[in-house]
Amino acid sequence: MLNYLWAFMMIVGIVYGALSGNMEAVSDGALNAAVEAVNLCIKMLGIIALWTGIMHIGECSGLINRIAARLSGFISFLFPRIPKEHPARKHIAMNIIANVLGLGWAATPAGLKAMEELANVDEESGGKRVRSGIASNEMCIFLIINISSLQLIPVNMIAYRSQYGSVSPAAIIGPALVATTISTAAGVIFCKLMDRKGKR
Amino acid sequence: MQFLVYISAFIIPIVMFYIILHGVVNKVSVYDVFIEGAKDGLKTVVGIVPTLIGLMVAVGVLRASGFLDFVAGLLSGVTDMINLPAPVVPVILVRMFSSSAATGLVLDIFKNYGPDSHIGQLVSIMMSCTETIFYTMSVYFMTVKVTKTRWTLAGALVATLAGIVASICLVS
Repeated sequence: MLNYLWAFMMIVGIVYGALSGNMEAVSDGALNAAVEAVNLCIKMLGIIALWTGIMHIGECSGLINRIAARLSGFISFLFPRIPKEHPARKHIAMNIIANVLGLGWAATPAGLKAMEELANVDEESGGKRVRSGIASNEMCIFLIINISSLQLIPVNMIAYRSQYGSVSPAAIIGPALVATTISTAAGVIFCKLMDRKGKR
Repeated sequence: MQFLVYISAFIIPIVMFYIILHGVVNKVSVYDVFIEGAKDGLKTVVGIVPTLIGLMVAVGVLRASGFLDFVAGLLSGVTDMINLPAPVVPVILVRMFSSSAATGLVLDIFKNYGPDSHIGQLVSIMMSCTETIFYTMSVYFMTVKVTKTRWTLAGALVATLAGIVASICLVS
């Protein structure tokens, strides 16, 4: 996907630049952008490292696990058909926590594990959907919740904003939180409607 | 909006305070653990350096050529109607495919308009309340060999759209 997108951007840019006589600007633009990318990463190092360091404390102190246990009710609400002791619940909880805290690298491994367990849930309940390559209701819900964005603090955005001289880089936390809540709520409502309609 | 900005100032210190306190109470050697985690973060950032160079160069080329202004101009009629600045449109479209490519566009907006401008705030919030739909779907479904995704895409688009509309309302 990204291969095509990247090639498209480069090729269209160069062709359009040639046609509109902006070739000099294009070559300056390419070189400056490369230098700027590195400058940006140097500033990012500080903010991201601070955050992952703090989060690691939360992992080691058991705080993150404790929050995961608290999520149990929410998971039952979203996935009423997953049995209470099923391992799928733990992975889903970890994935949600990691997403909420903005730990992308932790969210994806937990999410993939959860998908595998959701395939087991389908199989154990006698469903044949997943085995024939069709998503189960639980999988649709899980994906939509993931895509609706759950992140509490948009660390990366804050880092970028501060790099570009924002007066208060963290000012977006509040509004972003409201917007994220709204997008997640919309996703949940959609799932609940479809889940009811598409009962097995 | 002003109230939300006010709350924003408190969230990071409170989260840090709580996590560190919880660590100390549970006898975690907080500083050592912090260093360990920070090291991981450094690796993550170093890992994205090549990606960022590639994508920021692509966006830089596209911008310098005048193509983005051309597209924005084409769409300005529609976007003015819904109170959406034209340069935001490519961000929304690209965001669905690639987070890093969208980031490239956002940084470009920050550079030209400033992160605290109306449009800068709008894209910041938009980026924070949406996810990479197609990337997430392909990776997650690939692991369980599911090809028929049923209503996942529709739901993902509903959630994304709600986030975008909310961003526009919050900033204006």
